[in-house]
Amino acid sequence: METSMYRSRAFKAYVFGFVSSLIFTLIAWGIVRKHEMSGHLVYSHFFIRISILVFALLQMIVQLVFFLHLGREKKPRWNVQALLATVGIILILILGSIWIMNNLNYSMMNMTPSQADRAF
Amino acid sequence: MTKTSILHNEIQKETETSLLGFWIYMMTDCIVFATLFAVFIVLRNNTSGGKSGADLFSLPFVLTETIILLTSSFTSGLAMLAAQRSRLKDTLIWLLATGVLGAAFLSLELNEFSKFDHSGSSWRTSGFLSSYFTLVGTHGLHITIGLLWLLAIIGYLFKKGLNEVIVRRLTMFSIFWHFLDVVWIFIFTVVYLLGVN
Repeated sequence: METSMYRSRAFKAYVFGFVSSLIFTLIAWGIVRKHEMSGHLVYSHFFIRISILVFALLQMIVQLVFFLHLGREKKPRWNVQALLATVGIILILILGSIWIMNNLNYSMMNMTPSQADRAF
Repeated sequence: MTKTSILHNEIQKETETSLLGFWIYMMTDCIVFATLFAVFIVLRNNTSGGKSGADLFSLPFVLTETIILLTSSFTSGLAMLAAQRSRLKDTLIWLLATGVLGAAFLSLELNEFSKFDHSGSSWRTSGFLSSYFTLVGTHGLHITIGLLWLLAIIGYLFKKGLNEVIVRRLTMFSIFWHFLDVVWIFIFTVVYLLGVN
């Protein structure tokens, strides 16, 4: 049974994943580019951070579903379970590091240079 | 059940187990990258009087890199699709496209590294640059290994053609390559897009 590869469902899924990834990349890049060209005046720092992170996450989800076919395999879905556990570890690692180091920076702020020398 | 179909079932089972094993390896690799991201985020403002991301990074350049890598991720997926349908010629075409795009990406990345290094921003300059070179360099190292792996697969296909074993390896390669692109989305966002602000 010879079905044409370029008319198959799987092929269309790849094309969809590719095109939407491209769009998300260009939007995120466009926001930052516009901000840079205008001399950092158009958007607030907070808006940029949040919006480009959202586009990165959207693109990650699109690629996991349409390129890596996540959630398409038979039960039990070990792939999905391993991924969720990993996401948990990654969140603890990254958010934990940011939290602790910000606190540390805050606690070190009132030190004189000589105190800081002794602390290291 | 005939003898060949029992054999076929065995191979399929083996493929499923290997792919799950490879997936779990990919998860541990993601944790490696997450650690490097955490280091980068913590150190990204520690420029120690040297240049910052806003001085160094060029937005059009990084967009070019990103689109090249994204396209190569797409073509590696197409190679896998073609291989699963036993179409040797299409598999080879898409794999070669993946290899050329991957090599282009790597040469752009190395070019950027040497440009920074020559302009006095080496990995020894500041905490920011140490963590930048470690994070992006580790990604580049993965790309290099992926390209060597790809070369081995292409060589095998030229010599022996398509069979179940090489389709399995190709599927693993494609998972590896897609993951490198997912990691790159975050390098693009966290290192470059947030870095120029």
